[in-house]
Amino acid sequence: MSDFLTQFAPALPEIFVLAMVSLILVIDAAVGDSKRYLAYVLSLATVAGAAVLTVRDFSTMPVLALGGLFIDDPLADVLKLFLYLTVAMVLVYSRDYLRQRGLYKGEFFVLALFALLGMMVMVSASHFLTLYLGLELLSLSLYAMVALQRDSSVATEAAMKYFVLGALASGMLLYGMSMIYGVTGTLALADIAQILADGTDLRIPLVFGIVFIVAGLAFKLGAVPFHMWVPDVYHGAPTAVTLFIGSAPKIAAFAFVVRILGQGLESQVAEWRDMLVILAVLSMAVGNIAAIAQTNLKRMLAYSTISHMGFMLLGILAGSQNGYGSAMFYVLVYTLMSLGSFGMILLLSRAGFEADKLDDFKGLNRRSPWLAFMMLLLMFSMAGVPPTVGFYAKLAVLQAAVEIGYVWLAVAAVLFSLIGAFYYLRIVKLMYFDTPHDTSPIAGSADSRVIMSANGLAVLALGILPQPLMAVCVYAIDASF
Amino acid sequence: MTYTTAIFYFFAAILVFAGLRVITARNPVHAALFLVLAFFTAAGLWILLEAEFLAITLVLVYVGAVMVLFLFVVMMLDINLDKLREGFWDYLPIAGFVSVLLMIEMALILGSRHFGLDVMATPEPHPADYSNTKELGRLLYSDYVYAFELAAVILLVAIVAAIALTLRRRKDSKYIDPAEQVKVKRNDRLRIIKMKATQKPGAGEGGA
Repeated sequence: MSDFLTQFAPALPEIFVLAMVSLILVIDAAVGDSKRYLAYVLSLATVAGAAVLTVRDFSTMPVLALGGLFIDDPLADVLKLFLYLTVAMVLVYSRDYLRQRGLYKGEFFVLALFALLGMMVMVSASHFLTLYLGLELLSLSLYAMVALQRDSSVATEAAMKYFVLGALASGMLLYGMSMIYGVTGTLALADIAQILADGTDLRIPLVFGIVFIVAGLAFKLGAVPFHMWVPDVYHGAPTAVTLFIGSAPKIAAFAFVVRILGQGLESQVAEWRDMLVILAVLSMAVGNIAAIAQTNLKRMLAYSTISHMGFMLLGILAGSQNGYGSAMFYVLVYTLMSLGSFGMILLLSRAGFEADKLDDFKGLNRRSPWLAFMMLLLMFSMAGVPPTVGFYAKLAVLQAAVEIGYVWLAVAAVLFSLIGAFYYLRIVKLMYFDTPHDTSPIAGSADSRVIMSANGLAVLALGILPQPLMAVCVYAIDASF
Repeated sequence: MTYTTAIFYFFAAILVFAGLRVITARNPVHAALFLVLAFFTAAGLWILLEAEFLAITLVLVYVGAVMVLFLFVVMMLDINLDKLREGFWDYLPIAGFVSVLLMIEMALILGSRHFGLDVMATPEPHPADYSNTKELGRLLYSDYVYAFELAAVILLVAIVAAIALTLRRRKDSKYIDPAEQVKVKRNDRLRIIKMKATQKPGAGEGGA
């Protein structure tokens, strides 16, 4: 019996989060509207507690547990710690926004924590079954969060689109997985890697399986040509939910792609590399060019996400540990920048007013020089201007692409990021050189201002000293492969 | 052709026909009933594959419970078929193209060249005392307990999401709590105010 229980030990953070969510669910149903802050405080406590447990049981070696369904390795632990940080920041940023729009309810926090649980499962999955279940847990929570603002027809439409296309993507992924299962006769990633490394006669089903898996992954990442849902969902969802969708799930998606392609289908790199090249080039092209035409900041950032996912794929398609390390660095940095820019929209919004138009940023420098400076840092980082960290992130993935001899790809990426710099710098121009037509004071609570300052300064500090974070990424990848 | 092969083709033919009718039937109630037929024949195929427990669960849970619920929902909804079919012919070429492509791909993969009997041998049939249910239970609660719990969490999310998205408290509800009602005091309802008489006593009964 004790044997049965000790095998659960590596999954202690997951078990803790699940227990706390259930507790919050019960407590929130019992207390009245005046005590809604309990759910908020308990959610932050859950994230902090899970972080403590993860640090305490940090594993320096890959450990398989729970019948080979679960893997506890440095990659999983490091990514989980970043997930906690991201979710905590999302909660702090969105508190006031939720309260002003009547969304400050237990459901939001419960669903956010369920999504966190799904991401944790994805990050430490070593089996197709857990990968898929984690993904569904995350996706279902996100669909519900998008639809949470029931009276908004835009949000409902966004949720509907997200749900239908997400279900289609899950179907493709499952179809691909079933083909890989047909070829190898197993669902465990390590066994699949072993069998495929020995070689197989079933080339055609294997290649079709990879095609379907890559298509499903591209849907979830929002890479072109599977990107149609991204702008509508980002635009339609309440901004607090957009902030959530645009940040933490990207880290989980990175882990998902690396676990399947990098660990399970490692020996088939020649097959999936070309598919990722096409996805990366199209994403960078469509994302950066379509973003220019947007007047809504949420939509613009959605297209910017598409192009950033293209950049992240540059690192993964290298198929080397160096490439995965640089892609991990990129996705962590992107999450930080995305948190900051959507957080700024939340900070500038107030009851009955959404600061999601480009025009709302006009003359921000006169209203609040400090916030304008933070936004300037974030936009410079998104565009990849040194000395912000976005520059190093782009440099790292470009180096990974050049290393495998894809110089033309690196050149194309630089060209597209030059095009992209236009719409990031346009925001800087609006903030510093235009006159504000909205002069009401900026509401934002003290704690979200502090987090925003930390967020903006982190982008600058990591840009000046990128080595520590890079070392963490390299360590996590090297120790897990 | 052996007896089981004949049964397989019998069930498979009905399954494909029922599946087609689910998407082509004009009446949604008919579509739901064809789905019942599809589940039923699929259960028959599973019995042939020695997956008795799954087959019985499919009939009990899907045919018995889920589809009945489905039928009720379909009957209660006021579905405007013409609106649903709007744009059907516009999208048909591209949808047809994609499905033909998918069918060709499936034929390429699932053909006997890759998964035929000469590539993969027929699995050994289990002895008569082999319990499918017991094996499934053992696997679910030992090797796959983590996945099993995760599936349970997903169901919990579905419950939370369904309640969060549909529970509404009506603002115009006239509901009264009886407990509150009996606790009411005279002073809560009745206010006695002193005021001057506005009419001389006995002056006129005509006003009433």
